This record gives sequence, structure tokens and C-alpha cells, in this order.
Amino acid sequence: MSEDVKKFLYVNRKAPYGTIYALEALEVVLIGAAFDQDVSLAFLDDGVFQLTSGQDTAAIGVKNFSPTFRALGDYEVTRLYVERESLEERGLSAEDLQEITYEDEDDDWAEKPSIRVVSREEMAAIMAEQDVILSF
Amino acid sequence: MSTLHTVNKSPFETRTLESCLAHCRPGDAVLMIEDGVYGALSGTALSDRVAAKAGAVKLYVLTPDIAARGLPEDRMIAGVTGVDYRGFVDLVAEHDRTQAWL
Amino acid sequence: MKIGVVVSEGPYTHQAADSAYNFVRAALAAGHEVPRVFFYHDGVNVSTRLSVPPQDERNIQENWTALAAEHGTDLVVCIAAAQRRGLLDANEAKRQGKDADNIAEGFRISGLGQLIEMAIQTDRLVMFGD
Repeated sequence: MSEDVKKFLYVNRKAPYGTIYALEALEVVLIGAAFDQDVSLAFLDDGVFQLTSGQDTAAIGVKNFSPTFRALGDYEVTRLYVERESLEERGLSAEDLQEITYEDEDDDWAEKPSIRVVSREEMAAIMAEQDVILSF
Repeated sequence: MSTLHTVNKSPFETRTLESCLAHCRPGDAVLMIEDGVYGALSGTALSDRVAAKAGAVKLYVLTPDIAARGLPEDRMIAGVTGVDYRGFVDLVAEHDRTQAWL
Repeated sequence: MKIGVVVSEGPYTHQAADSAYNFVRAALAAGHEVPRVFFYHDGVNVSTRLSVPPQDERNIQENWTALAAEHGTDLVVCIAAAQRRGLLDANEAKRQGKDADNIAEGFRISGLGQLIEMAIQTDRLVMFGD
């Protein structure tokens, strides 16, 4: 790996809409994508609520930013790690999350899932291999 | 390769400390700052769970924040080390990365 | 060592801006470099020159302005977060057709790219927030 490429992990631990952290985290991810770093996103604790399908904010008068997650593949952000224990503690499973995919340029542009459900232990290992951890 | 984790929430209000401790790896350090320092108190409903992590993970508390809150240092869980801001800086430098559990 | 710092919570309500300030002072005193501090989320509110805290309280904005003057630390306020919250420098005020600006000396408004650049160029990143 080139010395000027760092491993960035955006850690999302907060639910959407109640506070702005999730939306403004996504804004950092989109801008950060232009810097050609090695980027992953982590969703744990209440952060897993950011990815639920069927979000409808019409009646609260706030912008629904959940479709933006589906555009991340176009920005070459293709790894969204979601913690299994966090899902289970909240009565959720991977089926409750929206489908997010990317086209793999190394595999004839095959469409592949961006969401990777990992165990808490795997999440800890992912965190431990980063150069930069941005927390939201 | 190790991580310095910072926790700034009271464990009686949020599960941040618990989540942080569950993601620590051997050799990591946890520094409790701001309202996070309440997690270092002995004799609480959570003390045993925090103390059980001491050893595999090094536990620190920011002394200016415990002094501000009127918590005597001898009320801290055994195995928790007090550091001042200079000590905080040293911990940042000594570990490969810092992860804030905001 | 080069240390980058992020302040992501507003002043006075939350301790984050004070903790970050004390940390940066200690880092500089220990001989480290703190080339930039990036203000994000409600942390952008630190940069208003219009806050008037009681005289027996610290003035968080003035503390940071003095630190920047002494050490040349680049205090960057995220433009997107700032505009949402009513923080404008003279250029932005003019561009947006607003009749006032309020960014204090020592702070500058710029894009989120400055945060990523800071993370790339420093050895450590330390975040203070809520």
C-alpha cells in the first residue's frame, strides 16, 4: 500500500433524525471519497438504525438521507460493516436493512452487496487495523 | 499496535463505556474523561464489570475531571490510573490510534 | 508528533470545546505539533465573535483565538455545518446576501476536505464531542 493512503473508518453509533450526527457523518464520507483513501464504514450500537429500509420523513419535515447510502458505491465506498450483536439487541436482522450494492470493477462490474454483517469480535478487529477513526 | 479509547459519557446514562469495553483488544487503553469519569468510581452497580477489564486493558481517568466533580482519587476502582492533560497527550502518542466513543 | 484535533460539540453546553483546548495546550507544551483544529457539527459555534459570556467565566472563543495567534494553529470551521447554524465570514455573508458576518479572528471557514487532509497529514487524530 502506498504510504499516503491511509485506512479510514467512519464509526456510526447514533440513530438518524433525533440528532444530526448521522447526516453530517455521511457528508464527510462523500467529501472524503475524493481523497482516494482506503475507506470503510462501521455501524454499531444505535448506528444500525441508520440503515433500516422504508424510512419516510415526510411527516417530520426533515430530509430523508437514507437513499444516499445506496449511492456510496458510485463513490467507491463499498464496505459497510454492520455489527450483528447490535442488530440482534435491537430486534433487527439484515433483512430489515436496505439493500446497498456496488459494482466490482475487478470482477467484470458484478453487482455485490456493500453491507457486511460482522460479529462484535470481528468489528473490534476491523477497528484495530485502521489508521484513522472518525466517530459520529 | 494498540488503540487509546476515550469515553466521555456517564455509564449510568448511556451504554457507551460498555460498548467501548466490549470492543477493546488486549493491550488497548481506555481513558475516561468529562462525565465518563463516573465509570471509574468504585462501589457502584457497574464497578465490578469495569474492574474485570483492568489488566487486559489499561484503564485511565482524567484527574482534572474527577477533581472538578468532587470525586476523591481513592474512590476510583483499583487498577485505574489517574492522568492529567499531559498524561492524556502521552497516551495519544503512545498508542497507534485514538478512538473517541462519542 | 503531529496531532490533529476535531471539536464536534458546541461551547458552554458541553465540555468538549474546553477539553479540546486543554488537550491542545498540553500537547503544544509537550513539544508536539497541532497544525490544525477542525470544528464540526455544533462545534462550529465556538467560532462566533459575538458571544459575551459573564466576565468571571472563560471566553472559549477568545481562548482559541489566542492559541492560534501564539502557535499558528489553523482553526478551520466546516462551511456546510457553519452555514446551517448561522456562522458566516465576510465573503460568505456577501455571497449569501446576508447583512452580517460573525467569524472571530483566528478562525477560517473552509470545506470538509480540510478535515480529511488533516487526518492524512497528521500522525494522530483526537476527537472531542458528544
